[in-house]
Amino acid sequence: MAHAATHDHHDHHGAPQSFIQRWLLSTNHKDIGTLYLIFSLTMFFIGGAFAMVIRAELFKPGMQLVQPYFFNEMTTMHALVMIFGAIMPAFVGLANWMVPLMVGAPDMALPRMNNLSFWILPFAFIMLLSTLFMPGGGPAGGWTMYPPLSLQGESVAYVIFAIHLMGISSIMGAINIIATILNMRAPGMDLLKMPVFVWSWLITAFLLIAVMPVLAGAVTMLLTDKYFGTNFFNAAGGGDPVLYQHIFWFFGHPEVYIMILPAFGIISEIIPTFSRKPIFGYRAMVFAIASIAFLSFIVWAHHMFAVGLPMGAEMFFMYATMLIAVPTGVKVFNWVSTMWGGSMTFETPMLFSIAFVILFTIGGFSGLMLALAPADFQYHDTYFVVAHFHYVLVTGAAFSIMAAAYYWLPKWSGNMYSETWGKIHFWSSVISVNVLFFPQHFLGLAGMPRRIPDYNVAFANFNMISSIGGFWFGASQLIFLGVIIHCVYFAKKKAADRSWEGAKGLEWTVPSPAPHHTFDVPPVIHDDELAHGHTDH
Amino acid sequence: MTSGVIRRSVTAWAAVAFATFGTAAWGNPEPNQLNMTKGVSEWSPYALHMVGLWVCVAIGILVFGAMFIAMFRFRKSRGAVAEKWTHSTKLEIVWTVVPVIILIVLARLATGGLTSFADTTGSEMTIKVTGYQWKWRYDYVDYKGKAVEQVGFVSRLEESSDRTRQLKSNLDPEKIKVDGYNTYLLDVDKPLVVPIHTKIRFVIVGGDVIHSWWVPALGWKMDAIPGIANAAWTNIKEPGVYRGQCAELCGQDHGFMPIVVKAVPKAEFEQWLATQQEEAKAAKAQQTAQTAPAPANQG
Repeated sequence: MAHAATHDHHDHHGAPQSFIQRWLLSTNHKDIGTLYLIFSLTMFFIGGAFAMVIRAELFKPGMQLVQPYFFNEMTTMHALVMIFGAIMPAFVGLANWMVPLMVGAPDMALPRMNNLSFWILPFAFIMLLSTLFMPGGGPAGGWTMYPPLSLQGESVAYVIFAIHLMGISSIMGAINIIATILNMRAPGMDLLKMPVFVWSWLITAFLLIAVMPVLAGAVTMLLTDKYFGTNFFNAAGGGDPVLYQHIFWFFGHPEVYIMILPAFGIISEIIPTFSRKPIFGYRAMVFAIASIAFLSFIVWAHHMFAVGLPMGAEMFFMYATMLIAVPTGVKVFNWVSTMWGGSMTFETPMLFSIAFVILFTIGGFSGLMLALAPADFQYHDTYFVVAHFHYVLVTGAAFSIMAAAYYWLPKWSGNMYSETWGKIHFWSSVISVNVLFFPQHFLGLAGMPRRIPDYNVAFANFNMISSIGGFWFGASQLIFLGVIIHCVYFAKKKAADRSWEGAKGLEWTVPSPAPHHTFDVPPVIHDDELAHGHTDH
Repeated sequence: MTSGVIRRSVTAWAAVAFATFGTAAWGNPEPNQLNMTKGVSEWSPYALHMVGLWVCVAIGILVFGAMFIAMFRFRKSRGAVAEKWTHSTKLEIVWTVVPVIILIVLARLATGGLTSFADTTGSEMTIKVTGYQWKWRYDYVDYKGKAVEQVGFVSRLEESSDRTRQLKSNLDPEKIKVDGYNTYLLDVDKPLVVPIHTKIRFVIVGGDVIHSWWVPALGWKMDAIPGIANAAWTNIKEPGVYRGQCAELCGQDHGFMPIVVKAVPKAEFEQWLATQQEEAKAAKAQQTAQTAPAPANQG
């Protein structure tokens, strides 16, 4: 790997030398993937800073730091930035980097559109974040933007335009991923030989294309209600505020699976690698992802059990929601069975993956409890819900992204990261995240509503514990940043092409770091090299 | 934490343990409370919640137990060699069918809870609840089949909490107590007074934006939405003061519009209601007397 041992500016094919040409005008899937990942990490820290403001204000009863309205801006912005800025771009970045490498394609199918879909994002987020500095402030009606409250804000137009841009970016990204997967696989890479990560993204991309226009429609109606005198959601004009919630959650529920299905894919790559055993029930895994995606379209009103739906509707959405536990259970059981009988080692990506399985499952358990509509009359809009979705989004989605970063960093950078510091990052994160979010279950059950800046003394102790966990978890992520910078620029230990002993798949057949262009000629597929080459069952 | 805080915490934990497993009526948030309240109403999701919780705990022990055994037994450092098998139809059928059966049981229990909650028939009393930014209005509509005239009032955060919650007020939230119970942000100037052992129907609406009327001791919350009249009911079994809060983000003071329900014996309630009606009548008479000489100015 002599040629791979140099800095990636000097790959054998040669990336453009000029900074502008290389990064601003890039059409290369790896460079655009890197851009997405850097952007996502930046947003992760910005959104994290908002969370620190929230946890600092909630450290003890009484208002010490910020006005209630600013607190609401923080909860709203934290969610928008983390969902649309951190989690989703991180998965798109991983897809950009890895999907062509995993299916033996030379690049994404639509490279110029790829450039556009990334470069829209910084503008969308600059616009969104700029509202915080405007008179009237940023959005403060929650990320769900329920009218009539959200229409009281002064920043509605900015936020909606930013969301439109993010939606356009996501749709273009999704089209690109589908086109790549369906058209650019190397000969012999049958659909049912694809890595689970590629499968998960193929299905996620269809979800994105299906629901992002729905969100665009919902927020456009908000816009016309605010500025053009329409009455879609205005009761006084014959409209219906609940209609917005139906439309929003028809987008919103598939959206939460958009943020977790690629995570399933990542975990399904990493656990077999470090168990040195093929994934258990490959077809069942793919089928489970597809059925979760299908079910995600018929469960939206479980976010609305307290709006006073007719009893029949509550029953339907409750049963449909409970049904999701079946394919999700299959996935968890299959991951455990993959480990069973394996030969396991516990490098950082594996540690994050195991934590994912346990903690995501805890989030799934609270999800099952929330699905029980009568119990949800209590849980709804409390810290129990906050705990639930942070278990699935932080210890679920975000942990899977961290696992992926550690897993593929050697391939991206050509260097091995520091295993010691990776493990310190892991242990610090996994302990603090539970200190942060587990007590929130208790707070919610005891009666603390979400999105409040101040609370009764009864909630004081667990809030203080949660805040301490929050600061600790936030600080732990600086270790992550340090490990990445060290790995890319300073690490001495070079990565082998097959960076992990048990790793299978086409991405490990190219040099580390992956040269600027790979698979100019389609690779010859040897089933033995694939993680799922033998689909004899 | 100082030792005093720890000692107080221990005492509080003991109180919670007693409240959870003892028979004491207990509806309001307690320090270090871990679990949902059983509530004080005829309808309560507590049992369903506990069934759901224990089902999750049992499955969790099985799954995580298997995982930890795997992580211990099948380590490369212990010389484990990877096996080759990748599927087992028998196992896969088992872990698809068993969860389905568990879900059916849960669904059956939950369906019972939904049907009983939806049944507001046979109520002896109706109260209209209106959410405003950032206060509640209560109007007594009827009681025992008779319309109640002009009993309605606005209920908002009481004054000492309101002063304390201002940014950098430097006032101590710990000091706001009623009968030894800390009521910071959980007390109002005028509580909703209701009789016990009476099926009360609530009609809940929103006056400006969406709010949500939630008293944990009653076991449910219901959104207060402009243009929609939602219905819910309760039948409180024990007298007491039950506290709750708005549960739907409704603007800057969302955290500062608490709800207090004061449940009293029927006789006491009837007396209270009569006084309210008298006062309302007197107030109206006075108002008419005052405004009568002035020319009606209604365009």
